[in-house]
Amino acid sequence: MNQTATTMQAGQTRPARTAPRRSWLSDVPDLLTRIVAGLIAAAAVSYVVGFTLWTVVISFTDSTLLPEYSFVGFKHYWALLRSRIWQVAYFNLTIYGLGFILGATGLGLLLAILIDQKIRAENLLRTIYLYPMALSFVVTGTVWAWLLNPTIGVEHFVRSLGWEQFNFGWLVDRDMAIYCVVIAAIWQASGFAMALFLAGLRSLDGDLYKAAAIDGAGPSRMYLRIMVPAIWPIVVSVLVILLQTAIKTYDLVRALTAGGPGIATTLPTNVVYDYMFQRGLMGAGSAAAVMLLLSLLIVLLPYAILQRMRGGKGGGLG
Amino acid sequence: MVEARSLSTRGSRILLYVVLIAFAAFYLTPLIVVILNSFRSFQEITQTSVLGFPREFRFDNWVQAWGSYCIAGICSGISPYMWNSLLIAVPATLISTLLGAMNGYLLSLWRFKGAGLIFGIITFGVFLPAQMKLVPWAITLRDLGLSNTLSGLVLIHVVQGMSFTTLFCRNYYVNVPKDLIKAAKVDGAGFLQIFWRIILPLSPPILIVTVIWQFTGIWNEFLYGITFSEGSARPVTAALMALSANIAQAREYGIESASVLIAALPTLLVYLFGGKYFVRGLTAGAVK
Repeated sequence: MNQTATTMQAGQTRPARTAPRRSWLSDVPDLLTRIVAGLIAAAAVSYVVGFTLWTVVISFTDSTLLPEYSFVGFKHYWALLRSRIWQVAYFNLTIYGLGFILGATGLGLLLAILIDQKIRAENLLRTIYLYPMALSFVVTGTVWAWLLNPTIGVEHFVRSLGWEQFNFGWLVDRDMAIYCVVIAAIWQASGFAMALFLAGLRSLDGDLYKAAAIDGAGPSRMYLRIMVPAIWPIVVSVLVILLQTAIKTYDLVRALTAGGPGIATTLPTNVVYDYMFQRGLMGAGSAAAVMLLLSLLIVLLPYAILQRMRGGKGGGLG
Repeated sequence: MVEARSLSTRGSRILLYVVLIAFAAFYLTPLIVVILNSFRSFQEITQTSVLGFPREFRFDNWVQAWGSYCIAGICSGISPYMWNSLLIAVPATLISTLLGAMNGYLLSLWRFKGAGLIFGIITFGVFLPAQMKLVPWAITLRDLGLSNTLSGLVLIHVVQGMSFTTLFCRNYYVNVPKDLIKAAKVDGAGFLQIFWRIILPLSPPILIVTVIWQFTGIWNEFLYGITFSEGSARPVTAALMALSANIAQAREYGIESASVLIAALPTLLVYLFGGKYFVRGLTAGAVK
């Protein structure tokens, strides 16, 4: 935000000198505009609070296709926790989440460090590494589904080059299909991690590099011992953002594997949608959605508190 | 300092570039594959694999993808869905940005009791998973008579988008010197006048970021689109999904490739031409 502050100062003198002239603006009653602005903010607040509470309420009811407000307590929650699909979905989420977060963070950090080596064509490479972020998960999922498909993708291609024994059938393998989702997700999001890490490395004081060099630290030690700890807050931010991305992942799985083979790549988000709109079980689906939110909160609340303790103003995204 | 932060020996420089180029290949491969396939014939792809160079460049995949290929029984190609997405994304982007600027201005420069709490709640909407809002939206849209309409999706993205736009704008306006507002008030300027004459002229940097962020997000959005639209009212992401779920016929990888490229083109162009602002949006969301 430093940049913002300087822009502000540059523009500061100009508007202050222009005293407001009479125009249509002064014909609008001041009170009215304040009320309208207040209503807009109130709408934004009641959307967040109201829709959340609404879903929570429905999760305690037996609503099917239509909402129905007779309460059944925690029935859907217990049923979900005991159901195989929910357990499998959370197991899949754990595997996928770990692979994706560690992979994207590690790759992002590696790329940021490599790009930080005073290289040529830096802008071009950065653009290439980051462009998947501009794509929809549907596009990513669709294209990776072709590449990873053994009959039409990489396996067939490598075999046609003469390496007949080559096997790469993860997409149709129950135990390995989840790693296909990991690969596609890393492909999409690692550039984002790189961009944040690079911004962090670039914000470091030059003296830090000098001190490290005088100490005789080699490049890898220099980064791991000095630079990465210095940008630790950014590392934490990236981890948290990727973690919440992982928990929310939905489109990617739907486009890449449709949750299969069987339910080998089904994530909690897919279960929620399935309950709500395929099986028409609004109550059970809402309970699943609330549990999804609780999973997010377990991650986000400690992070938000940590941010606040560090004195970061503004709160929110951190 | 320059020497200190760079690998210096010749061998390690070469290795560095080899690794960087290898990763560039990893990121570019899917894009190149799709581009090449969009020019290859059906027979050529199915006889070999999706990885291959076209024997001859054919443009009929593009023609069919745009105007005549059948998606879920509707043989109009992908073009009507592109229009749908455009008709959703443009108004929703503009309206949510304007409302977010309003909110940001109200919450940062008219500090009143509870402004922090209100901001916190609105920002929380950024994290709230869409699944928490699907059922209420389904009921709301039905009651408003907006189920399966583009207006319904515009409404969703405006309301949903306000969390992001408020966050971006508020965090930007917090740095506007308070004296500026005080001086304007002394001059007798009201709430709207200050917004219009002082705040908006200061805002282009953040408004560009917000508009790019919102447009990309709404264009690429899938879950609301698939849930609250059907048939010819689908946005392009939902149409793409229907296209690849076409299991009745043999997969037309060439046509699908052209469709994927057409659907991805708007946000790719935004990225290529507004890259600086795109990245700023990503990081503004992440490291305030």
